[in-house]
Amino acid sequence: MDLTIGPIPFFWPAEQVRAFYRMIATTPARRVVIGEAVCSKRLPFWQHEIPGAIDCLLAAGKDVALSTLILITLKRERRQTADLFAAGLPVEIADMGALRHLPEGAPFHVGPTVNVYNEGTLQWLAKKGATRICLPPELPLASVAVLARAGREAGVAVEVWGHGRAPLAISGRCYHARLHDRAKDSCQFVCGEDPDGRDVETLDGKSFLTVNGVQTLGHAHTTAAGRITDLSDAGVNALRLSPQVGDFASVVALYDQIAQGATTRAEGLARLQELMPRATFADGFLAGEPGLRRAG
Amino acid sequence: MMELVCPAGTPAALRAAVDAGAHAVYCGFADETNARNFPGLNFSRPEMAEGVAYARAHGAKVLVAINTFPRAGDQAIWHRAVADAHAAGAHAVILADIGLIAHAAETHPGLRLHLSVQAAAANPDAINLYAGAFGIRRVVLPRVLTVEEITAINREIDIETEVFVFGGLCVMAEGRCSLSSWATGLSPNMNGVCSPASHVAYAEVAGNNEARLGGYLIHRTPKGAPVPYPTLCKGCFTAPATHTSPAQTGHIFEDPVSLDATELIPKLQKAGVTALKIEGRQRSRAYVAQVVRAFRAAVEAADMGAPMPAGLLAKLTEGQSATTGAYAKTWR
Repeated sequence: MDLTIGPIPFFWPAEQVRAFYRMIATTPARRVVIGEAVCSKRLPFWQHEIPGAIDCLLAAGKDVALSTLILITLKRERRQTADLFAAGLPVEIADMGALRHLPEGAPFHVGPTVNVYNEGTLQWLAKKGATRICLPPELPLASVAVLARAGREAGVAVEVWGHGRAPLAISGRCYHARLHDRAKDSCQFVCGEDPDGRDVETLDGKSFLTVNGVQTLGHAHTTAAGRITDLSDAGVNALRLSPQVGDFASVVALYDQIAQGATTRAEGLARLQELMPRATFADGFLAGEPGLRRAG
Repeated sequence: MMELVCPAGTPAALRAAVDAGAHAVYCGFADETNARNFPGLNFSRPEMAEGVAYARAHGAKVLVAINTFPRAGDQAIWHRAVADAHAAGAHAVILADIGLIAHAAETHPGLRLHLSVQAAAANPDAINLYAGAFGIRRVVLPRVLTVEEITAINREIDIETEVFVFGGLCVMAEGRCSLSSWATGLSPNMNGVCSPASHVAYAEVAGNNEARLGGYLIHRTPKGAPVPYPTLCKGCFTAPATHTSPAQTGHIFEDPVSLDATELIPKLQKAGVTALKIEGRQRSRAYVAQVVRAFRAAVEAADMGAPMPAGLLAKLTEGQSATTGAYAKTWR
């Protein structure tokens, strides 16, 4: 199993993005997905960093793919999606509509927000040219195993959500703006004030969700660290790590060891907790339980 | 006249909807193949065939929703549902999963296919992709679009559009939401349920009424005040203070409201919308009859260019606030 770094889900300043990808270039990650997946309003603030980041990552021997938006509605967003396919790198579709712009016969990747729940869907996407699919985080291990087998037969590499705040929902409405009594159009980019998202607790003070603009994430970090043997036995090809603030280089290094089987399950989870002392970890989805639960 | 598509969770509700003037009724089989997989709801195979016959005899159509995402390794259950809907004489099936749509298009070439709202096709590219690849004839639009955006979409597509006008309101893009499974392990996509009643608990604590979902407290109202059903995205939460923002407690995603786009019916007609959909397969036949009758009057008025009858559904929304949702841009 190798490692894929997903797109940065949060709204980070351009210099933070630059530093992040320079750091990623030095990690053992095999590939990196770059692009604004959450909100097209953010893109003008950091898109000038993308070419440099790509060069830096390619020079370090990483594979690079470009992500589309998760929810494409505006004309401008559709044009931007079409432009991605002309950039000469594989595109990871995060919304089915993106496929309409796929040049005939071009290979593409499929992100975790596209609904691939079964073999039929995987096979249809493979026929269209999909070569890599990151499965939706809510899938239980039994489904992952069936899909990994179907992927092997169809020549599609299958990825599983390995680490990070899982994408749970996308909306037309911006919840960050709503928290500031603003509408999406007049958001004043308040999501940029929370580089790791804004926490949302239940009324009895339990950590629950994280608001990230139009996107809602889980608050606990969904991790596959406790399930590596199962995933490996199932034939899963890669783990997806989702960027966050903090010592992400060490997180990547740790998952590399975990993926190589160089640490035991208990050791891996313990070291993860050491690296992120304030974080809570969850893996209920893989166990077929509530996603925020820690099962493994 | 715009087509009125009405919910039926039971054969009795189907007959009530047809009798009240529904042009079409949508319903599902009593299993995990449909997105209202609630106990005591939905149709057996013989009930479906009888429902189709009743609707046909009264000039109405039956649309069968098979709109969850088939479980890996168990696709046969969903394939059988499509075959049985076809055999029962359904006017169309409403599907969400690409694999299932591909199967239906290939195996049942004569069967009319509608794209479920659960497929979240929110732009002309996605809609044209499904239309081109599978011959989809109608798309149910996700509730993330404004009327202007719906107008623009209709200019760029050749298939019919259907939009929700009344009932429960998803505030997230439908079919792309795992909030329910995050808290309960059961999701609309996989299990056909959202914030299921099996995971809801009410209690009276220190003079307050509390509602929990999956053990998580998301509603608290003073004793005597009604406590809303704890649907996750309409729950009450706290966003703790950050270095730039004070703490806030409230309905961070959406208030416990329902959708009522009655006033927008003329605009939706002008936007080129073919069909109006009423949510509520879990509702009683009395409710269904009342709502269908009111909306039939509304689409007839719209057809004649007459104003929308006022206070149409005041009784049904009494004590509950309603919103026009994403159809108005300010909602975002």
